[in-house]
Amino acid sequence: MTINESQDEIIEEFELFDDWADKYEYIIDLGKKLKGLPEEQKTEDNIIKGCQSRVWLNARKEDESLVFEADSEAIIVKGLVNMLIRVLSGHTPQEIAKADLYFMEKIGMSQHLAQTRSNGLASMVKQMKNYAIAYSLKN
Amino acid sequence: MQLTETLDIQAIRADFPILNQEINGRKLVYFDNAATTQKPTSVIETITHYYNFDNANIHRGIHTLAERATRDFEASREAIRDFLGASSIEEIIFTSGTTQGINLVASTFGRKFIKEGDEIIISGMEHHSNIVPWQMLCEENGIKLKVIPVTDLGELDMEAYANMLSEKVKLVSVNHVSNSLGTINPVKEIIDLAHSFGAKVLIDGAQATSHLNIDVQALDADFYVFSAHKLYGPTGIGVLYGKKDILNAMPPYMGGGEMIKDVTFEKTTYNELPYKFEAGTPNIADVVALKTALEYIAFHGKENIAAHEDMLLQYATEQLSEIEGLKIIGQAKEKISVVSFVMDGIHHQDIGVLLDNQGVAVRTGHHCTQPLMQRFNILGTSRASFAVYNTVEEIDRLVAGLHKVKKMLL
Repeated sequence: MTINESQDEIIEEFELFDDWADKYEYIIDLGKKLKGLPEEQKTEDNIIKGCQSRVWLNARKEDESLVFEADSEAIIVKGLVNMLIRVLSGHTPQEIAKADLYFMEKIGMSQHLAQTRSNGLASMVKQMKNYAIAYSLKN
Repeated sequence: MQLTETLDIQAIRADFPILNQEINGRKLVYFDNAATTQKPTSVIETITHYYNFDNANIHRGIHTLAERATRDFEASREAIRDFLGASSIEEIIFTSGTTQGINLVASTFGRKFIKEGDEIIISGMEHHSNIVPWQMLCEENGIKLKVIPVTDLGELDMEAYANMLSEKVKLVSVNHVSNSLGTINPVKEIIDLAHSFGAKVLIDGAQATSHLNIDVQALDADFYVFSAHKLYGPTGIGVLYGKKDILNAMPPYMGGGEMIKDVTFEKTTYNELPYKFEAGTPNIADVVALKTALEYIAFHGKENIAAHEDMLLQYATEQLSEIEGLKIIGQAKEKISVVSFVMDGIHHQDIGVLLDNQGVAVRTGHHCTQPLMQRFNILGTSRASFAVYNTVEEIDRLVAGLHKVKKMLL
């Protein structure tokens, strides 16, 4: 599945919800399902600090693709992280670097990437892209 | 629940147009008043009136508009003098807010009068704006920073404070009211103790001025700082009160227009108080509107406002305490209308997001008091803070909202 196919799939899933609570319950569920990171990987190197909550991001290369694992102490952020990983993880660094992430806005969650939230999520997306750029330069 | 007899809260609500709107399909409940209060129509109208009819640069113009703008600007200074119980308008310095007031004192009084080997005392419940300027000064000049510990209830450990004082202490800088906990600190006692060792005292009144009567002379405070936007006034304006003899002894803060008497390339002489500390064109419209905000408070009576807020605090404390797994952080005997809380197994950011979806605005996070959060071994809290326009029904909305949060997350 391409990055955009995954995004479209998420957008379709969210079309089923007609009120905010259903939508958030789904995100909370995704947050609970995200495996997260073991404590020893929640290091200062992996941390993305936000004013509200912390996010930890791990990236590694598997064959040609870049695999992300992440965690957060806030469950809604964790749910959103789950979706970002679903969309981006397992693709080549080149694909990730040039990906246009439109699904957050389409599902009405773009405010979570806004500056005011200061929750590390926006920085995480930037960091995912930075990893991708760094790995694509390496090759 | 009893209603506040003396105030017509519905009529007061009508004075704040911003409250009359829906957020995410629900009527807005605004409980982020400790961050900033909303503005009544009279304040908003003062600003538009100023720009529509009176705008001119102040003090040096001889035309009619300049006279009007100057008259209103200085009338605001006099209103603030009265509001603080200061003895002279020379002691009222306009700043951009509390943060600038503290930085001004650190940069001028601090640099001139606090030397290597001296000590500064702050408290463990200070906002970052009353920590960092002193840390910067201490680092620069080899000064020691001491911190008054906070008890489990969220009060200052006054015994520890008394033991910290010595002739080495040149300044004590503490808040009147804690923004994170709502604790009202015994500032009169703090000041008296400091003075007995010859130390000066700065009181950060950012959270106090909209709730408590302030009398800087009765307190004998050397400096008192606050921001207009937390007491129904505009953002970007604040006040530094300082005792005249201390202000006179302090060097200027910023150089520029207005703060000078005569300038030659060889030597510049400085203006008199308060202008010595007011370089550049000030935020005239918002200064003028601050007076309107003070009039709004005076019209309703600070005691009446405080009584209403106390009722809300008491009701909220009772109702929130009944939520299982919720713990109120800051249970001081003397509090203003701030309730900070944590919930078992729930991150504060999730609380904030899910309440916002129900139209309830609270603040979540460390409230710019990271050391205080570390003291309580928490990452942050959710904070509901009440103002004169808030109601018991709105607190019910918060409580219902939190039950929904629990249901969704646990």
